[in-house]
Amino acid sequence: MNLVHSLLIIGVTALSTLITRSTPFLLFGRGEKRVGGTILYIGKILPPAIMATLLVYALKEISFGELSGWLFDLGAIAVTALIHLKWRNALISIAVGTILYMVLVQGLFW
Amino acid sequence: MSRSSTFKEAFLLTIPVMMGYLVLGVAFGLLLQNGGYHWLWATLASLVVYAGSMQFVLVGLLTQQAPLLTVAVTTLLVNSRHLFYGLSFIERFKAMGKRGLYMIFSLTDETYALLCSVDEKASDTLILIIALLNQAYWVIGSTLGALVGSYITVSLEGIEFAMTALFTTILVEQLLEKKNRIPALIGFICAAGALFWLGPDKFLLPALGVTVLLLLLLRPNLEVKG
Repeated sequence: MNLVHSLLIIGVTALSTLITRSTPFLLFGRGEKRVGGTILYIGKILPPAIMATLLVYALKEISFGELSGWLFDLGAIAVTALIHLKWRNALISIAVGTILYMVLVQGLFW
Repeated sequence: MSRSSTFKEAFLLTIPVMMGYLVLGVAFGLLLQNGGYHWLWATLASLVVYAGSMQFVLVGLLTQQAPLLTVAVTTLLVNSRHLFYGLSFIERFKAMGKRGLYMIFSLTDETYALLCSVDEKASDTLILIIALLNQAYWVIGSTLGALVGSYITVSLEGIEFAMTALFTTILVEQLLEKKNRIPALIGFICAAGALFWLGPDKFLLPALGVTVLLLLLLRPNLEVKG
């Protein structure tokens, strides 16, 4: 490995990441003026759409070829959601869902 | 609210991210160390890049000593979803001055998700501590992974599901409010459709683009008055 080139790779990755994260602010957040109606609307309405997208993103590697390719993931999500609906305590829902998932994928039941 | 109770509140909110980031951070550090890099490189990357999935791609770019143009294009593509996150926090972060710059830098998927879940009136200090704690977990995990990752024997396989579960609970909370249901449905259909059509590596940016387009077109029907 080349020290300088490795540092440059990390620097370019950091800079490019920062570009993606700061673009909305550079486009719409400059100057004294507050953001306009359209951006305000999108900013308010986007979070639930993105959360649904992130959930699909987290599941992008599942396959419906065999049972274990999707059942553990979808099952643990369903359990997490149901427990959350019942108790509305994020830590409990996440802990139960995660432990269930770990037990399932590690095959501790069989 | 006092400093220490704000810290406690932030800590409790970030526990799920802590589980996920520590373990994924360890995996990243271990991978980079196996690629022949001293542990300091893992710490450095997690301090200055701080982008979970991209850093796993970074390991490959480093071990292959990829050309810088490739590095830039790959990063922009892998992280393109972040183009959309700031839209919800433009005024908020702007009002935070210099601290807002750190908020922009550190807006990962998980920090974004947590910020969407806290009250709009939450203090600047609270959201700053959330962002700082999350990066701390990631840096500590990466460093530990590169230092001692190969000694971990207990199987933590599946613990990264904590992140999926975090998204699930936040989505459930959002769905309890009627006004969020159609936007969430649109996001889901676009993402699932694009995933089916384009596959796991290319679906995200088109999905988010179409989602924003649909939300704009449906604005007369979706906008909550007042």
